[in-house]
Amino acid sequence: MSGGAREQVSRLLALVPYLQSRADMSLAQVAAEFGVPPDQIMKDLKVLWMCGLPGLTPDKMIEVDFEAIEEDPEGVVRIENAEFLDRPVRLGSSEASALIVALRALREGSPDTSHEVIDRCLVKLEDAAASGTATPQVEVHLPRSGLGERHVATLQRAIDTNRQARLDYYVPTRDETTQRTVDPLELLTGDGRDYLDAWCHLAQARRLFRLDRMYAVEVVDEPRQQHSLSPRDLSEGLFEPGPDDVVALVHLERHARWVADYYPVDSVEELGDGRLAATLRVSDPRWLVRLALRLAPDLDVVEPAALREAVTTSARATLDLYSQGTAAAQDDGVA
Amino acid sequence: MSAAKSERLLNLVILLLVARNYTTKEQIRELMEPYRASSTEAFDRMFERDKDDLRALGIPLEVGFVDKFFEDEQGYRIKRDAFELPSIDFTADEVAVLGLAARVWRHAGLAAATSDALVKLKAAGLSFDREQLEHVQPTLVAEEPAFETMWQATVHRTPVEFDYSRAGQPDATTRHVEPWGVVTAQGRWYVAGLDTDRGEARLFRLSRIVSQVIPTGEPGSFSVPEGTDLRALSESLAPRRPDRSAEVLARAGAANGLRRRAEVVARDVTGPDGTTGWDRLEVPYVSESDFAGELLGYADAVAVESPVELKASVRHRLTGVLTGSRR
Repeated sequence: MSGGAREQVSRLLALVPYLQSRADMSLAQVAAEFGVPPDQIMKDLKVLWMCGLPGLTPDKMIEVDFEAIEEDPEGVVRIENAEFLDRPVRLGSSEASALIVALRALREGSPDTSHEVIDRCLVKLEDAAASGTATPQVEVHLPRSGLGERHVATLQRAIDTNRQARLDYYVPTRDETTQRTVDPLELLTGDGRDYLDAWCHLAQARRLFRLDRMYAVEVVDEPRQQHSLSPRDLSEGLFEPGPDDVVALVHLERHARWVADYYPVDSVEELGDGRLAATLRVSDPRWLVRLALRLAPDLDVVEPAALREAVTTSARATLDLYSQGTAAAQDDGVA
Repeated sequence: MSAAKSERLLNLVILLLVARNYTTKEQIRELMEPYRASSTEAFDRMFERDKDDLRALGIPLEVGFVDKFFEDEQGYRIKRDAFELPSIDFTADEVAVLGLAARVWRHAGLAAATSDALVKLKAAGLSFDREQLEHVQPTLVAEEPAFETMWQATVHRTPVEFDYSRAGQPDATTRHVEPWGVVTAQGRWYVAGLDTDRGEARLFRLSRIVSQVIPTGEPGSFSVPEGTDLRALSESLAPRRPDRSAEVLARAGAANGLRRRAEVVARDVTGPDGTTGWDRLEVPYVSESDFAGELLGYADAVAVESPVELKASVRHRLTGVLTGSRR
């Protein structure tokens, strides 16, 4: 209850100066600017109509021109006799802080040439905050490339204009960059990453693409093909178990425990000394072999035997590269 | 009803804002019909709640003596210059930047706070044109369950406690922290603050907080030490610039991920297996163990030539796989 009144009073304190600074806004426009439905603004105006200077005699009340808007959604919202409330309230600490962090993110993500204008904004915002507002310290390090953000804009444009997109997409499991044409469906975020949900013409199937693995993105001047697909439900995570998944049992040393946090696992068991046993579903065995080598020797594939063998074979073949030219190998001082 | 309450609160704001001096509680009651119509007890309760509501709205409600010379009667006022957003001259390019900032947050609570701020700026006469700039638009996502409470704690300077599970350690420990501020790096959120048990500044990764974040004191009960430099504190989180480079051989057409940041210094050379068709690459890197891992991921499509330590690390880790000896 009090939340509702607080919210309404907060809006009214902005609405009164807002309407006085603009004489030509319709109810629908005002509602859109405040992000609420028109009938909420109507309710707000009815509250306003009961307010005014102390004593609240008719000459002291705020006047609202209801006639202009009651029958006509295009009618202009007009208030009078409210000069005593002609400026909005200073920014509160939560508001100022949220805006400041957003500006810091913009600064971090922009070329040096834009820093000056953002810095000017940050300085001016300090004046706008309530006195005694200590905004929290904030530090923003965006991923270096900034590629993801540029792709967001391009892909969003493709979706908004109903166009196909062409991607240069890197697949680490196969160490390949492929060019694909896709029908982009939706941009999604999960696990701190951006993804594109799309129908892939190459795979003839729906796929999730990681934006940070797109080396190039362009809009293709072809309308998207129509597919009857239901929106993706991310509540269960981004990885969907498939019918051909292999269930693998791995042992993780202390340094590789993060694997169990990072990838979806079916079960986890402590082995003592900080070691962990985890079972995970693997749709492409090459992925697990690659992961085992990347973390070698801290991720031990225990089952299935064929996958364990694949890791060993690959490790032996790689080690062989270093033992041909024995003189060089001995120079390393490694037995 | 909520509308009646909104009405009362707004009339109270106006009353205290236009009054020349402090207004006593009795005078306020006299001037406002809903207070007048209530019993003294009901009025007392209502007035207390209304004051709380105004403060929660960020309205600076001051308490002072009505007569400076006779400190007997207390009253209330809202000073206009503390209440009003001062007139700030934002230039067109600054307004465009503010408009972009409004679209950065992809977190319900913070996105709402940002749009509340913009509504106030609109009420001060700014207009934000949606289509103004084609610009790189970064986004801030915060999915960690602890984010919202921790954010509020840093904004309001509230000390907190939480259970924290460190990387590579199975058991969580309860930590007591005065949160100074938040840091985001590579899509993850951290809080920097004073770990009061250890008496030292620490960084905590929010995704490793495994309990609720519980306030352990009043808002405003600590201050951030003068000269605190979050950038320096979070230096370790920023991507380091590569400061060394390795020479590696890669089979033609392979190691495409690596080639993105490598320079090919020779083509079609003889590889360690005696076959031709290898390329010699020069690759900058930061951490030896991470880079060794990356190279290992390409298995026998890549072989390290130099430096010696990197080569040794790769061989050592491969031997570990074959002999079952762990790091």
